[in-house]
Amino acid sequence: MNSRLETRGLSRRYGRQRALIDVSLTCNAGEAIALVGPNGAGKSTLLSLLSTLARPTAGEILYDGRSASAWGPSLRGRIGSLGHEVSLYPELSARENLMFFGQLFGTPDVTDRVARALRLSGLESRADSPTGTFSRGMRQRLAIERALLHAPDILLFDEPFTGLDEPAAEALIARLAAARIEGAAIVFSSHDFEHAERVATRVAMLSAGRLTSLGGLDGAGSLRERYRAAPR
Amino acid sequence: MKGVFAAAWLIARKDFTIEARSREIIATAVFFAVACVLVFSFSLVDEGRAPDNVAAGVLWIGISFAGTLSLARLFERERAHDTLRTLLLAPVERPAVYLGKLLAVVMLMAAVGAVLLPFTGFLFDQAVLGAAPGLAAVILLGIIGYAAVGTLFAAMLGRSRSRDVLLPVLLYPMSVPVLIAGVRATSALLDAAGPDWAAARLWIGVLAAFDVVFLTLALWTFEAVMEE
Amino acid sequence: MGSIALLVAAAIMFAAAPWMIMRAPQESTMGLIQKIFYFHVPAAFTMFVSAFVSGIAGAVYLVRRSPRAERITAAAGELVVVFGAIVLLTGPIWARKAWGVWWQWDARLTITLVMWLIFVAFLLLRKYGGPGSEPLSAAVALFGMANVPFVYWSVNIWRTVHPTTNVVPSLGPGMREAFWWCVAAYLLLYVALLAARAKLEAQRVALDELHFEIGAD
Repeated sequence: MNSRLETRGLSRRYGRQRALIDVSLTCNAGEAIALVGPNGAGKSTLLSLLSTLARPTAGEILYDGRSASAWGPSLRGRIGSLGHEVSLYPELSARENLMFFGQLFGTPDVTDRVARALRLSGLESRADSPTGTFSRGMRQRLAIERALLHAPDILLFDEPFTGLDEPAAEALIARLAAARIEGAAIVFSSHDFEHAERVATRVAMLSAGRLTSLGGLDGAGSLRERYRAAPR
Repeated sequence: MKGVFAAAWLIARKDFTIEARSREIIATAVFFAVACVLVFSFSLVDEGRAPDNVAAGVLWIGISFAGTLSLARLFERERAHDTLRTLLLAPVERPAVYLGKLLAVVMLMAAVGAVLLPFTGFLFDQAVLGAAPGLAAVILLGIIGYAAVGTLFAAMLGRSRSRDVLLPVLLYPMSVPVLIAGVRATSALLDAAGPDWAAARLWIGVLAAFDVVFLTLALWTFEAVMEE
Repeated sequence: MGSIALLVAAAIMFAAAPWMIMRAPQESTMGLIQKIFYFHVPAAFTMFVSAFVSGIAGAVYLVRRSPRAERITAAAGELVVVFGAIVLLTGPIWARKAWGVWWQWDARLTITLVMWLIFVAFLLLRKYGGPGSEPLSAAVALFGMANVPFVYWSVNIWRTVHPTTNVVPSLGPGMREAFWWCVAAYLLLYVALLAARAKLEAQRVALDELHFEIGAD
């Protein structure tokens, strides 16, 4: 039985800089791995590589046992990605943004799903306002809905809790837990330990591009302690 | 999964929607092109008369300058909120993104051309109406060639430092055949002795060949070049 | 080792070249200035060879992301600018004497200038585009190479003043040896420079790796 996501000896260089060095990990359906580490540790790079936006300089990534090129563009229909930037068009309304990306990603019943997404994110009342007028938190909530709109089973989220207030963070935790139960594989990075440990089933610590540890969680509060105790 | 052309059309339509609301690019590009044409006219006109065959050159300079501006602004929009990243994540062949942006750029430049052609005809007293269909074909083919190379470069430069100055630096030498063929074809069609269709056809052939070759090359290299 | 041997061979050929060039008969109308031809044409030939090498290596790099292809694209691109500069400097010296003007808008001159500009832009991109501009510059080299027939074609239909290609066969017997000697010398120098530059690039990358290893651990 193949892992949903598997990296083998993954490395990535940018000119002089080595962003990732020999990272090997697996993430199975129903698992959520939290990437934890200081700035520049390689978390965003790893997520970029996993979402096929960047090519590794060494090593490989397998999705259900096959490489990205073996899958072709349809693989991206299974990936839900959230980057550092919200990636929304400020001139378009919330509804228009969701409709555009939904259609582009080939989402079935897109109108219904968009309506549902607007409801779930609590943005229904502002559905027809340009997203340029939204606060950071509102845009983040919309970006999360956009990432989940086409029902992906591989979620790659970079700092998903950024800008979210407590109710929104709780809602996200619930959404991710539900996605996990439905069999999604989740890899996400976060500096927000309190929320992250409620989503994650395992924690991967990255430091200067290397994977320094990968293991399960044992009890609340342990993620922050583990991070502090980790060698650099 | 969406087809390549359907996805490209979605992307282009999204750009048209945004542009229709702000009209920012079209307004600045047209105004800039008109200003260019005027400045060149001032420098070339001597004792109230322009030298012969200057209209075609001035027209194409205006179109190409406005083109570079449109390309830069169009991709700046995608870069500002990192939306290009999500476009590349769509489950469709990545060249669809290229095609969508190409269509948007061509439409923008065509709008500029539609304004500049009568304007230069007016300023330089050229018989534009007589050869209008031929001129439209020449301008469109030239725009497609210019945009085919320009869209690829502008997309690629999104992440680079110094992208503002690098786009013209890369694009102008590369599009020399388009500019030569475009100017010569336009000049042939605006000839005082009546449109020289034979010469125009020859140059249109060069433009069409350039378009085909460079569109193909751009489509072929787009994915490889957009991957980090 | 190989590049040093090539460089030595090229140096010897270049040392012998002036002797060969002086031995060649003087062209009747142009006099001494015509001998620039022996520098100008081989340099132009080498420049275009380099443009093709760079373009093809660029295509290989885009398809396979091979570091070796990247190094060749970069090295050959640089050499286009170097040899192009020689062509663009020696050409006008001859043109002034032969045609009375420094510049003419004909096919060969224009295409040389445009190619040179494309590859100068290539170098500017590599210098100022930041890391990750390698695929972009490979595409520029490839597009530049693809552009050669188009620029040539469009300017050719437009104007022609430059001596046509039959200059080479019509060279007098004494001139022909000197000419081909210079072509061979230039190509030898080119290959040596290309190999040396590519190797330099490889060493620079290896140095970066070493620098990083030491720094990290």
